[in-house]
Amino acid sequence: MSATPKSDNLLFSEAAWTFADLQRTFDAIEDIGLNDLGLDVYKNQIEIITSEQMLDAYSSHGMPLMYRHWSFGKAFARDSMNYQKGYTGLAYEIVINSDPCISYLMEENSMTMQALVMAHACMGHNHFFKNNYLFQQWTDASSILTYLDFAKKYIARCEDEYGWEEVEQTLDAAHALQDQGVFRYNRPPKLSQTEMRAKVEARLEHERENFNDLWRTLPQREEDEEAAEARLGEVRNIKLPEENLLYFIEKASPSLRPWQRELIRIVRNVSQYFYPQKQTKVMNEGCATFVHHYIMNELHRRGQISDGSILEFLHSHSSVVFQPEFDDPRYSGINPYALGFAMMEDIVRIVTDPTDEDREWFPAMAGHGDWRGELKNAWANFRDESFIQQYLSPKVIRDFGFFALGDDGRKPYYRVEAIHDEMGYRDVRNALSTMYDLGMHEPNLQVVGADLSGDRTLKIRHTVYKDRILDRRTQDAVMGHLKFLWGYDVELEQDKAEA
Amino acid sequence: MSHFIDRRLNPKGKSLGNRQRFFRRAKGQIKEAVNRSLRDRSVKELEKSGKISIPAKSTAEPRFRLDGASGRRQHVHPGNKEFSTGDRLRKPPQGGGKGGKDASDSGDGEDNFSFTLTQDEFLDIFFEDLELPNLIKTSLKEMTAWKWRRAGVTVTGAPTNLNLIRTMKNAHGRRLALKRPSTKEVNELKERLFNLERIAQPTDEQRAEMKAVLAKLEELEARRRWAPYIDPLDVRYNAFAPQPIPTTAAVMFCLMDVSGSMGEREKDLAKRFYMLLYLFLQKRYEKVEVVFIRHTHHAEEVDEETFFYSRQSGGTIVSTAIEVMQEIQRDRFPTDDWNIYVAQASDGYTQSGDAQRCVQLLNEEVLPILQYYAYIEILDEREMDVFSDPDAGAELWRAYRSIKDPRFAQTRIAHPRDIFPVFRELFSKEKKGQAA
Repeated sequence: MSATPKSDNLLFSEAAWTFADLQRTFDAIEDIGLNDLGLDVYKNQIEIITSEQMLDAYSSHGMPLMYRHWSFGKAFARDSMNYQKGYTGLAYEIVINSDPCISYLMEENSMTMQALVMAHACMGHNHFFKNNYLFQQWTDASSILTYLDFAKKYIARCEDEYGWEEVEQTLDAAHALQDQGVFRYNRPPKLSQTEMRAKVEARLEHERENFNDLWRTLPQREEDEEAAEARLGEVRNIKLPEENLLYFIEKASPSLRPWQRELIRIVRNVSQYFYPQKQTKVMNEGCATFVHHYIMNELHRRGQISDGSILEFLHSHSSVVFQPEFDDPRYSGINPYALGFAMMEDIVRIVTDPTDEDREWFPAMAGHGDWRGELKNAWANFRDESFIQQYLSPKVIRDFGFFALGDDGRKPYYRVEAIHDEMGYRDVRNALSTMYDLGMHEPNLQVVGADLSGDRTLKIRHTVYKDRILDRRTQDAVMGHLKFLWGYDVELEQDKAEA
Repeated sequence: MSHFIDRRLNPKGKSLGNRQRFFRRAKGQIKEAVNRSLRDRSVKELEKSGKISIPAKSTAEPRFRLDGASGRRQHVHPGNKEFSTGDRLRKPPQGGGKGGKDASDSGDGEDNFSFTLTQDEFLDIFFEDLELPNLIKTSLKEMTAWKWRRAGVTVTGAPTNLNLIRTMKNAHGRRLALKRPSTKEVNELKERLFNLERIAQPTDEQRAEMKAVLAKLEELEARRRWAPYIDPLDVRYNAFAPQPIPTTAAVMFCLMDVSGSMGEREKDLAKRFYMLLYLFLQKRYEKVEVVFIRHTHHAEEVDEETFFYSRQSGGTIVSTAIEVMQEIQRDRFPTDDWNIYVAQASDGYTQSGDAQRCVQLLNEEVLPILQYYAYIEILDEREMDVFSDPDAGAELWRAYRSIKDPRFAQTRIAHPRDIFPVFRELFSKEKKGQAA
């Protein structure tokens, strides 16, 4: 460590910030991010907002624009009360997976916090969004804002045209099924991945180019024959079973009108857009936290931020990565920031300074020295489930004191199935990895049949895994929504998995 | 690469549209919650914004979920201290998992959804589809207050209203247009003439010039007379026009019988009614005054504290209160400036013969000058059943039944929860429709 930093080297010296401070600090952060860590980011667009605007953004999934729906108003009512009553604070930032990558900074933040937030969002999250395979494959960062703009206007038009009741009913129903509105593993039939991406892009491109045409001709009241024929052609191409319920309904429902199909597609696309984020909470936050931690320390080492700043930073950082233990009243599950950060720090340790245990567990990685490359590989090619399976080391398990509890619904007790000892490491790792596998705790529902020429009954199957059945309390309500969208009878069967 | 954008000045409240949709969605429940909180809160808190809870069911967002109590699964938790593999831990009662996953972030599964209403939202919901009768009539149609407002300029008017600037502008323009010779021009000629005249022996040339100058001077003078410096045509006056302004002040007279027969319970009911009325008026008018008049066998104006909390003994003569009210109204609240509302609460008993006097006073003198007269009779809970027939009742009630004026309303309450429906009934839109 160098001696006391020279004060003329400081990027800022006061808590209050100016735009010049922000720009100067951002440049220094970017220098470390790009030239030292070797990050690859979208162009950054940094917006300063007030706390009220932050609350606004909260309620619409953090997106700068979103179509109107009462559920966002409900979220806003809850968030703003929690904030006003002091139950929760506000996030320091919101970052959007778009190109350019938009980050919101709150004006209330001190300059040190702004630096932290810029390193976290504009470097960390931004790199993750641009490089992780899930985001690359499933989201189109460059067009999401254009698409949402289209969606918002389209839905507003529909409200004018068909009345808010009908629009609300359709959106409610689509929202109830939005978790079943994503493609997880199966691609739409007969299209290779690249072909499909090209198709998605082509359509979005088409929508962009024909934006005004869409305006003029939409929302359509009735479907013309040509469009119906094309749609039914697509339906014939769907191979059952189909896991994307909304996709199937959008294409095949006998009763929906064209504008309703478009609404379903909007909900489905938004759901798909957020799906990678649901699968990468630990990695995404871990990546951003690791990056801000590295950059802030590096800024301090270079004498660009003061000792006071680094202390303020450390205070904030340590509360971000704080993990209460299971018997702590503050405990509410595993903190993704804490786990992600700990695992990534651990990767650096294994790569640069491995123990014998590490050599045994990670023979390929231990001691090869290139931790930047190793992390970038992890960030690019894994999601939470596979990342934990691949990289969770015995040391992190010990540090957290992880233990796996078996919960059998029929028994009055939990059983401790593995703890942080030689015998348990692998079991704990498997159990933790499974916890982050969305497929394991979201019900596995598929369309297995639709009698389109006969009585038009839609058949849905829930494949039961480990005896976990659907929650009766919500099942009937969602089935009601499903029937509304389908327009005819819908049957639900629960089947045990063959395996 | 980066750029910064300052969005702080962008309009906030982007989610207002969503909030309205949310309210629309849960309207029934929100109104119910507001009404409930009205009954439970003390009246002074009424105006505050506040937290309300509505049943979560009304705004549930159902999703397919796995039943938390079924099947087999594993949770990983941090912070093991003494557990070893194979240990058994009793599940907490009610089977609720402690894993964070089970608590869905949409708030489903909780019984209530709580959020905060602003004061405005709270009152708007409270006052929704309530409207004071005859309000529009007085405040908009029969506008009795006038105010002088500037209304441009006119060509006629009193000299005090002369608009000098406009007048001089007009004059200047006219002088330019008519090429009125300037004073300077005339003076130059006069000086020249004067110089010429001073010559003792003028040459022919000078004589001719003198003649020419004289002629020119005459022409200019003629022209100046013809195009005067200020012409009556130029004169403009400031115009003022009387403009009607709606009366924006209201006075509310609270009349209450405080004789022994009115107990704490009765007074409390009356108080709630008055406060609701006050709130309502406050919402509608810029300025609202309240006058408290209590009466036994004689009436007097008192302050609020005395009105509600001090006791008096004596007989009951209702008409005294009406007379005092008239007196105060004549002294302090001329009908030109004030919308007048009266709310009278009583247990219905009065000295025999007095009821007729009240009816007469109301019909002939009081009702014509006011906006609304509400009479509430506060009953025992037991009496409520007996008096379900509107024609039956105490003397005052029966006497008041004969008043047919649409500005008069009477009703009975026996319980706090009756107040709000009664209030609505008294001031509901339908009532106004009938009255019109």
